[in-house]
Amino acid sequence: MTYAELAANVDRLRDVLVALGVRPGDRVGLYMRKSRASVAALFGVLAAGAAYVPLDVGAPLPRLAYIARDCGLRLLLCDEDLAEGLRALIGGAAALGESIRLRHGGLRLLPVPTGLEGAGARPDLPEGEDLAYILYTSGSTGNPKGVMHTHHSALAFVDWCSEVFEPRPDDVFSSHAPFHFDLSILDLFVPLKHGARLVLIGEEIGKQPRALAPVIADEGITVWYSTPSILTLLLFYGRLESEDCTSLRLVLFAGEVFPLKNLQALRAIWPRPRYCNLYGPTETNVCTWFDLPEGELEAEVPIGEVCSPDRALIVGQDGGPVATGEEGELLIAGGTVMKGYWNLPERNAAAFLVGPDGGSYYRTGDLVRDRGDGQLVFVGRRDRMIKRRGYRVELGEIEAALGRHENVVEAAAVAGRDADDNVVVRAFVVWRGDSPPSLIEMKSFLTGQLPS
Amino acid sequence: MSIDDIRATIKSYVLEEFLPGENPDTLAYGTSLINGGVLDSIATVKLTAHLEERYGVDLEANEMSVDNLDSIDSIAALVQKKIDAKA
Repeated sequence: MTYAELAANVDRLRDVLVALGVRPGDRVGLYMRKSRASVAALFGVLAAGAAYVPLDVGAPLPRLAYIARDCGLRLLLCDEDLAEGLRALIGGAAALGESIRLRHGGLRLLPVPTGLEGAGARPDLPEGEDLAYILYTSGSTGNPKGVMHTHHSALAFVDWCSEVFEPRPDDVFSSHAPFHFDLSILDLFVPLKHGARLVLIGEEIGKQPRALAPVIADEGITVWYSTPSILTLLLFYGRLESEDCTSLRLVLFAGEVFPLKNLQALRAIWPRPRYCNLYGPTETNVCTWFDLPEGELEAEVPIGEVCSPDRALIVGQDGGPVATGEEGELLIAGGTVMKGYWNLPERNAAAFLVGPDGGSYYRTGDLVRDRGDGQLVFVGRRDRMIKRRGYRVELGEIEAALGRHENVVEAAAVAGRDADDNVVVRAFVVWRGDSPPSLIEMKSFLTGQLPS
Repeated sequence: MSIDDIRATIKSYVLEEFLPGENPDTLAYGTSLINGGVLDSIATVKLTAHLEERYGVDLEANEMSVDNLDSIDSIAALVQKKIDAKA
């Protein structure tokens, strides 16, 4: 799809959305697989002045219904073949208005109801503080919470990417992350800004390491961005030695700690590209980064220095700054930070602190220390949120889900590491009933409760 | 190599790697592994890599569908088909 074709589709969708009554500030859900149609839909929503809310097509419907209700979706755009699941979703979300189905892979709009044609005056361009998107992440109480980003906060990140990665029109970006995951913000907006090409990697292919290296080679991808988990899968199962991936100039990773041994091994196979570790929770987007030097790596890869749009504080338990080199919680203020959580005033009040400079600082909950040269090192968490394969998981959400099983009296979840240093979650339950539960039964139960 | 041997190999690997401590009787050849939450995407990759090595076959990306990999029965049938095609 060329930019001209994309623009034509986006304009058409914008007109339809406006004709259907979508107004600036509204939330529009995207219940679509990754495709050219879903990219056009996403930009169409933005062009109508509304905020897009990407829904994970693999997540259990009750979770999606909660999200739809929570943010009061005005409209939901969905792939045609997902419509059946959608009906169940709408059934539980009375606030939903009309919906448009989009055929997977192509854009086909249902006819606009008579009388509305031509009613779609072009909306004013959104203001910087208007919402651009809401991404839902795991919540400790069992319900996901919506992280609100504005055009300003998104743009601060995109402009920073321009500054440090110097994208060019001849770059070819990968889009590996699903759109409900915040790594997708770089994929969706940075190549667009620079007229570069974006290669969409769908949900199925994205999980198959052997299919990924040929995509890199055949499409000539120059900028790869994914979690370390995916790069590790590529390393072990991707048969990288048999594919020519020399087009890569930049390998970006984020979402979790990259085990040093695997990162070293990857650099031995792909020695050419520049590697960068990007850090930041969904709430702040990327707020620190580390540009890996060539040669041997040190014992730990830092999360690095604070990105130019942002400012950082490292505070101790008393809320005061720690001495350089001491461990403390990382607080972030600045351009890339979210507007707040959707509809959670108490949580918002707890999430931000006013810093000595008067700035509003988001408490990341991550414990870090300054290496002494302005490079920050990740130490651990202050609470019960973990990162597994780059995704945030609140242990409390797992406990809440287990607690919904009729035979579970109480549940506790703890995180540990397996022999390969991967994060694993173990759960313990107090069980009522004669025979103990089987693992298969409990895993199957949780599949209906939690995203995989 | 009978299909029963392949099924038994898959079963013991799944139990050992992904269901430690599980009573073997609860894992039937027809148990839904992917839709049932026993195998996630990374576990699926590990299992198929193990079977490829063990049986000297090569599974294509388009064969790694949920339909083909959701139960011990269907995985064993796929592996058997690949072995037969090789012979």
